[in-house]
Amino acid sequence: MSRPRREGAAAAVPAGGGAAALAAARAVDGSRVRAARAYMNPYVAGVGIGLVLLGAFVIMGRGLGASGAFSSAVAAGVSSVAPERARTLEPYAAYMGDERRGPLSDWLVLEILGVTIGGALSAWLAGRLRRGIDKGPRITDRARLTYAFGGGAIMGLGAKLARGCTSGQALTGGALLSVGSWLFILAAFAAAYAAAPLFRKEWT
Amino acid sequence: MNAPLYEAGAFGETGALLFALGLGVVFGWFLERGGLGNANKLAGQFYLTDMTVFKVMFSAIVTTLLGVYWLSKLGWLDLPLVFLPPTYLVPQLLGGVVFGIGFVMGGLCPGTSCVSASTGKVDGLLVVLGMLCGVFAFNELFPLFEGVYRATPMGSVTIPELLGVPFGAVVFAIVAIAIAGFRAAERIEARGRA
Repeated sequence: MSRPRREGAAAAVPAGGGAAALAAARAVDGSRVRAARAYMNPYVAGVGIGLVLLGAFVIMGRGLGASGAFSSAVAAGVSSVAPERARTLEPYAAYMGDERRGPLSDWLVLEILGVTIGGALSAWLAGRLRRGIDKGPRITDRARLTYAFGGGAIMGLGAKLARGCTSGQALTGGALLSVGSWLFILAAFAAAYAAAPLFRKEWT
Repeated sequence: MNAPLYEAGAFGETGALLFALGLGVVFGWFLERGGLGNANKLAGQFYLTDMTVFKVMFSAIVTTLLGVYWLSKLGWLDLPLVFLPPTYLVPQLLGGVVFGIGFVMGGLCPGTSCVSASTGKVDGLLVVLGMLCGVFAFNELFPLFEGVYRATPMGSVTIPELLGVPFGAVVFAIVAIAIAGFRAAERIEARGRA
């Protein structure tokens, strides 16, 4: 097992690596120890994801997604308090279990569940599992969390309009050369770059 | 047996759902390994300090694109049976713009917010909650959005179909653009480190 690498902290880290050593390191000097293991080469990670997506096409005849699972969750939530509304109102009905779309919405929910599990598993094995808030140096926790919520809400609207997000449209539709998906990617990146100056204080 | 296997009847509903879970786990694994569960890394893309998002996404797209192209050319994948998301020009353009703004504001996208939240990040959890509210708001205010939402449908259409060029030509062009893009990304990051 390789020793964990960490940025910044002067703590003594017990040899052996892993999450236990990382936890011990934190306890020893109290300072924050960041990543225990370096991130994977992004090109390799990208190829890995590309193969997963290819696997989805070959095995299922469909791609990956993410925002659809959120739609399913919202539909299920509304259905539990107002079943008639969820059954009849179009944006909800499309994600309700007994529709033609039924199997597709369950598929995305299980996929996103998998994403959550896979992410946690990877972080745990890399010694990166810890409670915290990712943000720039100049912003408070509360402000960052407010932006996080607001950004999430705005993305929710955008993903509904576009019928997908970076997973469902950019990756899946992009790999199939769908016109609308490429429009979405280009528009999203352009808008993000254009809006970036507004959020400088959040990240830099 | 021809692919897509599910369409060819290779397995049923339960198998499909198990695959969903399994594929998701591997997807989430690679996202976290690449550092995409960290909002700082994702946002860095838009300040040109960290090109990870571009490298991961474009590598993924090119990998799958080449796989799809060659597998269908070899007759091993029945491409028309793969679901192609339909195109709606205006709402996807507008949705993209809106999504991009939310992305740089939140620092995470729907998939990566789940990874971030599952690794203990509170900001990841807030993005998830925000997304649920955004989706809810869209659904409840649907009559407001309906016109734009349904505008300019083009059905399932690919870039080669639209331009009237061979699929392979577009694949070649995208690979060329990707290589140029990756070179530029390396230069940008090197300049940042210098």
